Amino acid sequence: MRTETIDALTAYARANPDVMLLTADLGYSVLERFAEALPAQYANVGVCEQAMAGIAAGLALSGRRVVLYSIANFPTLRCLEQLRNDVCHHDLPVTVIAVGGGLAYGAQGYTHHGVEDLGIMAMLPNMAVACPADPLEAMALLPQLLERRRPAYLRLGRAGEPALHQAGAEIALGRAIWMRRGADIALLATGPILGRALRAADALAARGVSASVASFHTFSPLDAALVREAASSHRAVLTIEEHSVEGGFGSRVAEALLMAGQAPRFGKFGVTDALRGRIGSQSWLLDTLGSVEDHAQALL
Amino acid sequence: MTRIDTRELARRLRGHALRMTHRARASHIGSCLSMADILAVLYGAVLRIDRARPNWPDRDRLVVSKGHAAAIVYAALAETGFLPIRELDAYSADGGRLAGHVTKTAPGVELSTGSLGHGLPVAAGMALAAQRAGAAWRGFCILSDGELDEGSNWEAVQFAQHFRLSNLVAIVDYNKIQSFGSVAEVSDLHPLADKFRAFNWGVHELDGHDHSALQAALSGPPPLAGRPTVVVAHTIKGKGVSFMEGQLAWHYKNPDAAQLEAALAELEVGA
Repeated sequence: MRTETIDALTAYARANPDVMLLTADLGYSVLERFAEALPAQYANVGVCEQAMAGIAAGLALSGRRVVLYSIANFPTLRCLEQLRNDVCHHDLPVTVIAVGGGLAYGAQGYTHHGVEDLGIMAMLPNMAVACPADPLEAMALLPQLLERRRPAYLRLGRAGEPALHQAGAEIALGRAIWMRRGADIALLATGPILGRALRAADALAARGVSASVASFHTFSPLDAALVREAASSHRAVLTIEEHSVEGGFGSRVAEALLMAGQAPRFGKFGVTDALRGRIGSQSWLLDTLGSVEDHAQALL
Repeated sequence: MTRIDTRELARRLRGHALRMTHRARASHIGSCLSMADILAVLYGAVLRIDRARPNWPDRDRLVVSKGHAAAIVYAALAETGFLPIRELDAYSADGGRLAGHVTKTAPGVELSTGSLGHGLPVAAGMALAAQRAGAAWRGFCILSDGELDEGSNWEAVQFAQHFRLSNLVAIVDYNKIQSFGSVAEVSDLHPLADKFRAFNWGVHELDGHDHSALQAALSGPPPLAGRPTVVVAHTIKGKGVSFMEGQLAWHYKNPDAAQLEAALAELEVGA
């Protein structure tokens, strides 16, 4: 989805010359198309994420909208205080794009596992956080984040994520989407792991369990209305995320349920400490967490 | 710009900062006094700004990265007309606009600071914006010496020279004292000017209390064509108040009533 996203960004920036793209020297073979098309709106600042976030704030304070691009934890955790103080506190139009979110770079080792980013970014003031599941969500959300003209974080996978939506699907920032409707359990997913949730729904159907699946492409603000609807129309709710279950999507959904006075059977599928330090591909690492369908069935 | 006596302005800024830190029982008077002359020359004779248009797109930008020296920054903004002088009485006050570290709630502040090592990258971003727009305005950043321990500054130093940001001017308030003692004892910066030269910056090294030297350096062309400029300003912490000069304690203490009176008398500023 990174290529589709950069193509969408290039098209948007061509029509909006106030948009600049900065990279901290990552994005080889992905960003060249932007750099060649719009050189005056592009800068590779070198391997310096802290400075990059500050430079972005300076550009934004001078009338630009700025997009930052890097991998996993580098444009988020490495420069967290610059994002907090210089970007978010000043409520500036800076959008951080991280590729390789979650366990996309699983075999690269722990440094490349981006599994705390969503919760931490969502805690920052004025920040919208998007975690699209497929290229269609990513391409639809990017211009909406830019139009907000406020701080934003867009977490992407890497390359080759399959399309999960039909072309033309309505994808609006802040509004989760029912992918399929069932009766017994609601599977609420954020990010590309949505594909695993959809496959789990098929597996559950074969076991005689009717599952709904929703895509929460916007991590923050959370679509609390859809959470409430899921809880009121199903016996159980399972959240599914490629992120730490401590302070992540499941925690936010649980909080929304408690605030609404709803108490369905509830579970969280996601990254736990048991996974820390394990080396393997994205799919292998997720497999070690067990299957989504088994987690779902255990709730019923 | 009407001609301003920058030495008289610096004297008034010192008086304001002393009264403000006394009233608020606030720290960092020593850090304020060391940069009084730098601020007076910038606001009195160098910066192209317009108090009637704080958001004028073609204004020069000043980022004060040593945000703990807030009192004297607000004093400079008040003396320049961005906020009423009487509002300085509300420094660090409940519900006020003047926080204990430089904060953008005060008109004329370009960036809220207080965590060290943030200002120079932002000023570099501003300079990049002007460069890409072909605009003539410049980005200025005042840094403390202690904050140069922060690596983020050196990221910006490297970036700014590579992008040929000749419209960026960093001013180091080199008062030689940081939180735990002298800079030489804590994390020696010597030879500071050579560090910047090695990064391809143009360097002015001068007495940070010499207004003529400051004005010449800050108004003139870059000493290294096409590259950013640093002014290594040798200063004295607590400058202007004899019993505060060079004393680490005044990084933390605030003057009591008798000390305030003595300090103002020495500066020949009324209470």
